[in-house]
Amino acid sequence: MAASTRPQVISLYRMMLKESSKFPSYNYRTYALRRVRDAFRANRKVEDPKVVEKLLVEGGQMLALIQRQVSIGKMYEAQRMVVE
Amino acid sequence: MLSPGKTVSSRLLRPALWLPFRLCPARTAVSFMQKELIKKRELEKDELRPLYMDFQATTPMDPRVLDAMLPYQVNYYGNPHSRTHAYGWESETAMETARKQVASLIGADPREIIFTSGATESNNMAIKGVARFYQAKKRHVITTQTEHKCVLDSCRILEAEGFTVTYLPVQKNGLLDLKLLEASIRPETSLVSVMTINNEIGVKQPIKEIGQICRSKGVFFHTDAAQAVGKIPISVSEWKGLSYVPLVGQRSTDPKAWVLCMCNADLDFFGSPAAEPGGGQERGLRSGTVPPPAGCWGWELHGAMIIRECPCWTNRLWPKKIMDEIPDVVMNFGDPKKRKTLMRVCLYGFSACTSASLEPSYVLRAIGADEDLAHSSIRKGIDLKSIKGTQH
Repeated sequence: MAASTRPQVISLYRMMLKESSKFPSYNYRTYALRRVRDAFRANRKVEDPKVVEKLLVEGGQMLALIQRQVSIGKMYEAQRMVVE
Repeated sequence: MLSPGKTVSSRLLRPALWLPFRLCPARTAVSFMQKELIKKRELEKDELRPLYMDFQATTPMDPRVLDAMLPYQVNYYGNPHSRTHAYGWESETAMETARKQVASLIGADPREIIFTSGATESNNMAIKGVARFYQAKKRHVITTQTEHKCVLDSCRILEAEGFTVTYLPVQKNGLLDLKLLEASIRPETSLVSVMTINNEIGVKQPIKEIGQICRSKGVFFHTDAAQAVGKIPISVSEWKGLSYVPLVGQRSTDPKAWVLCMCNADLDFFGSPAAEPGGGQERGLRSGTVPPPAGCWGWELHGAMIIRECPCWTNRLWPKKIMDEIPDVVMNFGDPKKRKTLMRVCLYGFSACTSASLEPSYVLRAIGADEDLAHSSIRKGIDLKSIKGTQH
């Protein structure tokens, strides 16, 4: 990760985790958290600033998607699952 | 300790039935009793929801798929077959992009993809279509005893129309004997239908080899890949000889009820008896409006996702853990590592389509399972969202 974009990446990571943890559905929530962590870990070693920029844009879109889906999930909330 | 044939669940399910099933005097009365034991009931408001493990019946839709589809449900509602206005064009673009994406997912040509309403429709179309199209010269169809009901029923209909159908038995491990298949192909055989992954017992048939045999003998080959999508990589170009592959999205994060059927481009059925009569959409094979939001965008996104996430989430260690920790569990056959999509505790019970009937599964009887086991079996399916761990 290039030094200049590091704070941006970390902030995006934190935001995505925070938003993912708001999914009311247990399955979606755990999956989203797992997927976000894995994606950031998989791209940890990326150095090329262009690629980092592209990934940041993709991450931003994904963050917006998570936010939308969390609000939809909240509209139709169901009972909690036995494992929660 | 109970013997393997007498599992705890079988006792719970059939409390009054200690006699072997065939000796039981009133079979229907017992079925009725079993039905009474499984009562339909809605959850209370503050009651906890049970865990979902029926991923072979359908999967929860992925939020990303829903997100891609919503705009088409809200604003872009044109009929993709309307060629005269912008609403139609934007829907058509969505549909065609989806078609391309799906084609690349299975290594096919976009022109070979046909969207249908479900695997049942696709199977019906393929089997009856091919058989009837070539009926003047070829009147023999081969399938296996463990196929899905929609394949078996289509074959029954063909039999009633005067075709000969060979229902090949499977071996104890659920696999088809290739030599037997080769021996059964006659000069008048028009079609061989073998499913890729069995919906009840999860075995993966040697599709590539079967495809080679069919190709060398000049026979059409149809495989029902409904349970395979998103669980094993599918490549039509690698599996030579395939003519038809229905794939189902609802089994892998997509909305229910839109499916595509891949039809080999050399087979042109236009105007053949295979056609669903109507407006002639989908090359005339399947008339009826294709819904771009419900099916196609879902498929497109799902395609992109599956390429990224399919590989290694399937072989997690559930079967071993269950076998180790719960007594009286019988793993039916084969090596759990080789099983691709289904993991079974004890034996499988009912697939969604046949779960209304209380007869033991015909698939289990075909592999020679005990009636007791066949009655007490459970099918457990997993998916991306039901596993714990870091792999996808």
